[in-house]
Amino acid sequence: MATSKMKPVEAFAELKGPMTREDARIESSRCLYCYDAPCVTACPTHIDVPRFIRQIAAADPLGSGETILEANALGHSCARVCPVEVLCEGACVYHDWQEKPIQIARLQRHATDAVYATGEPPFSPGKDNGKRVAIVGAGPAGASCAAYLRRLGFNVTIFEKRKLPGGLNTYGVAEYKMSQLTSIEEMKFLFKLGCDVVTGKEIGKDVPVADLMNDFDAVFVGIGLSDTRTLGVPGEDLPGVIDALSFIERVKAKGGKGVPASKSTVVIGGGNTAIDATTQSARAGAGKVTLAYRRGAADMSAYDFEILLAKTDGATILTNAVPKRIVGKKAVEGVEFEGGLVVPCDRVIKAIGQTKHFALAKALGLDQHDDGRLKVNAETLACSRAKVFAGGDAVNGGKEVVNAAADGKRAAWGIFRSLFPGKAPHADNDYWISTIDGRKVAPIVPRSAS
Amino acid sequence: MKPRLKPDLSVNCGGIKSPNPFWLASAPPTNSGAQIMRAFEYGWGGAVWKTLGQDPPVVNVSSRYGSIDLGTQKIAGFNNIELITDRPLETNLKEIYEVKKRFPNHAVIASLMVPCEKQAWHEITKKVVAAGSDGIELNFGCPHGMSERGMGAAVGQVPEYVKMVTEFVKEVSTIPVLVKLTPNVADVRFAARAAKQGGADGVSLINTINSIMGVNVETMVPKFAVEGKISHGGYCGPAVKPIALNMVSQIATDPETVGLPISGIGGISIWSDAVEFMLLGSSSVQLCTAVMHHGFRIVEDLNAGLEGWMRRQNFAKTTDFIGRTAPNIVDWKKLNLHYKSVASIDPAKCISCDVCYVSCNDTTHQCIAIDRKGGNRKPHVLQDDCVGCNLCSLVCPVDGCITMKPVDTGLKPLTWEDYTKNGMKGYGEVYRRH
Repeated sequence: MATSKMKPVEAFAELKGPMTREDARIESSRCLYCYDAPCVTACPTHIDVPRFIRQIAAADPLGSGETILEANALGHSCARVCPVEVLCEGACVYHDWQEKPIQIARLQRHATDAVYATGEPPFSPGKDNGKRVAIVGAGPAGASCAAYLRRLGFNVTIFEKRKLPGGLNTYGVAEYKMSQLTSIEEMKFLFKLGCDVVTGKEIGKDVPVADLMNDFDAVFVGIGLSDTRTLGVPGEDLPGVIDALSFIERVKAKGGKGVPASKSTVVIGGGNTAIDATTQSARAGAGKVTLAYRRGAADMSAYDFEILLAKTDGATILTNAVPKRIVGKKAVEGVEFEGGLVVPCDRVIKAIGQTKHFALAKALGLDQHDDGRLKVNAETLACSRAKVFAGGDAVNGGKEVVNAAADGKRAAWGIFRSLFPGKAPHADNDYWISTIDGRKVAPIVPRSAS
Repeated sequence: MKPRLKPDLSVNCGGIKSPNPFWLASAPPTNSGAQIMRAFEYGWGGAVWKTLGQDPPVVNVSSRYGSIDLGTQKIAGFNNIELITDRPLETNLKEIYEVKKRFPNHAVIASLMVPCEKQAWHEITKKVVAAGSDGIELNFGCPHGMSERGMGAAVGQVPEYVKMVTEFVKEVSTIPVLVKLTPNVADVRFAARAAKQGGADGVSLINTINSIMGVNVETMVPKFAVEGKISHGGYCGPAVKPIALNMVSQIATDPETVGLPISGIGGISIWSDAVEFMLLGSSSVQLCTAVMHHGFRIVEDLNAGLEGWMRRQNFAKTTDFIGRTAPNIVDWKKLNLHYKSVASIDPAKCISCDVCYVSCNDTTHQCIAIDRKGGNRKPHVLQDDCVGCNLCSLVCPVDGCITMKPVDTGLKPLTWEDYTKNGMKGYGEVYRRH
C-alpha cells in the first residue's frame, strides 16, 4: 500500500526553494546567452530570458527583475507556478546537448525577490491620460492588465467579488508551489502603481452592469472560470465530498490547518488541478491518496512531471476508473466504480474541470463560443461588445497564470489603441509593453530623449 | 606484454637539479621550512624560498591578497601586496639547512633581495650558500612595496642594474644563480640579455604584473583594500599565463639568449600548463596561485599528468621535449599568407544556441547564415565568405562542433617578408575582403 512518507510539517514546504546568491551566480554563468533564444519564444509573455540571466551573472539582480517585470507584471508568481518544464526550460538548448536546462524559474525568482525586497515597483504610473478603465476580476489577467494600464496613464478600478485579490494565485495554487502570502504580496505590489481596488463586490449583483458601462471608458473582463463541474452520481452531496479548488483554498486558509487530515482520500480527475489536490492531500498527511481517472493514462491532461510528483508523494493512480456512486450513510465511506471496485475513503475530491460564467457573460452582453469561452479579437482581445476586452481563463478555457498575464498585457495595449487610435503613449510615461508575440510594440524611449 | 615506459621526470635548470620540474615559487607557500618539507613530502620537486632580505625583517600590512572570479572559476586572477619574508634571516637560514638535511635530492633555491650594494649582496649570498641551498634566485621582479625602496622590480626594469647585481652575486656564489624577471617592462629581452651578460645561470619569469583588482561600486573604495586604500599589487594566476608564455618564448628564441635556462612561471594550474611552458623552453616550472587555491596536494596530479603525457608521447626524459615548440614562435612577417582555413559547423553536434551567428554577423565577417525554413535554427557557414578568423569556433559551447578546416589553395607559401621583397606581387587573394 502506497502511503505518504511526508510528515505534515513538510507539507507546505516549497517545492523549489530560493537560490542563494552563489547558486544564482553559478547557474547564471551556465547560460549560453543564445541569440533569438528559444526560451523567449516559449514564454507567452516573451520575457527576455538570456538578458535577465546575464544581468544576474553581472550582479545586477534589480536590473534583472526589471527586465522580467517589464515583460510580465506577474513575473514574481510565474517564477513559482509556471510549468516551466513545458515552457522556457523545456525549450532550453541544453536539452539538445543531453544536459540539464538552465533553472530559469529559480533564477527568475532570485531576481524578482530582489525587486520585491526593495518594497517598490521598478516602474512609475504613466501621466494621467484622462481615461477610466474598469477591471472585472483581480486574478492574474486583471492584475496584469491593471499594471500595464497604469503604466500607460489610465485610471484603473478593479472589482473583485472575493475578499482577497489574486484569483487562483491566491486561492487555487497548491501551497507547496506558492504561498498565499506571496500572491497577496504580489497584488499589493502591483496596486502600488495606484489602482482603486474594490473587493467583496460582484458585477451584476452588487454593481449593475449598466453602471460599469456608463462610468468607464473601457472594461476588461478577467473573470476566470466558474464552479467545478458535478459528477452527477449518487452520494455527491454526502459530507466529505469537496471540489478541488475549495479543498486547496481551505488547506491554504489556516496555515495548512484548514482541513483535518484524512485517512484515505480519493481524488477524481486527470488534469493538473487533480494532481495538485492529490499531491497537496499527500503532503497534508492523508494516510492514503488515490487518484481515479475515467480514461487511460495517455489521456490524462496533467503534465508528466506533475503526475511523477504525485507518484513520488506516494499516491496510487487508478485509470479507466469511472465513478458509479459515492457510498456512505452519514458521510463518505468510499467510491464505487463501474465494474464493482470500491475504494474506501473518508474524503472525495472532485477535480473534473470548471464551468464557465454563462450568466455573467450574458449580463455583460458578450458573445461566447459553444463551450462558454468569450469570443475575442485575437490581436487586441476586444470582445463582441464595444469598449469591452477580455483575457485569461474566461477566454482560453483554463490555461496557466503566464497566459493570463500575457493576455492582460495584450488587452492593455488593445485598450490603449482603441481609445487613442494612431497615437503613441505619452513620452513622459515610464511605460514599457516591451513585447507582444515577441515583437517590440512600443519603443523604449528614455525620458531625456523625448 | 611490454613493460610500461617509466619516464624520468627529473630536470636540470641551469645546474639546479630536482626530481621533477615542479617547484614552488617564492611566495607565501614557501614561507617556512615546515611548509616546504610538507610540500616535498607531497611530491614537489623544488622550492624557491620566500625572498630573504636584510635584518631587521620587513613588516607587512593586514589584508594582502585580492582576486577576480570569472563565471564559475574562482581566482581566475590573483594579486598580492605582501612583501618579502618578515622572519629574521637567521631563522630562515637555519630552516634551509634543516630542509636540505632531510631532503638532499630536492631543490632548495634561496630567493634574495637586498639593496643594490656589493657588500650587502656578497654577505647574503655567502650565508645562503653556507646554509646548503642548491641555487639562488635574484628577486628583480617584485612590483609592489619593495620597488618603492629601490629593490625588486626597480632593479629588474633597468638592464644595467640587472647585470651589475648579477655580477655581484656571481663573484661569490658557488651555486647556480637564476635571475627572476619582471614583466612590467616594454621588452623583457633586454633584462634577460643583461642577466646573461652578468653571468646568470638562467632566468625565471614572469614575476607578477602591476595591477589594481577593482573597485567596489557600492562603497566606491578599492575591492581589496587596507582600510579603504590600496597600492598596486602583483597580478598572477591563470589569467596571466598567455603573457608569461609569450615572454618565455621571446627569451627562448632571442638569438642573444637562446639556450639560456628558463624556469617558467605564470598561471600554471594543471600539468598541461607546465608542459606548454616546457615546450616553449622552460626547463623547470614554478607555481604559486594554484597551490594557494588548493594546497600542496595538487602536485600529485601534476606529476601524474606529466608522466602520463610523456608515456603517451614516448618521451623518456624531460630534455626530449623541452623547447620543442619554441621554433614555431616566429615574427608575423614569417607567417604564410597563402594558408587558408574555413569554419565548418557539424549540424549533428549543433545545439542551435546561435551564438556563432550573432558574433560573426555583428562583429567579424558576416559569413554565418541561418536558413529559417521549417523553424530551423541551425546556422551554416558561407564558405566562400569565411576568412578563417576562428571566432565562431571560439564562442561555440559544444566541443568539436565548429572546426577550422584547411583549404588547399594550390598556391606556394608566401610570407609578408617575401611579399614585400617581391614588390607586393604574387599574393593570391585567398579570402574575400569584406
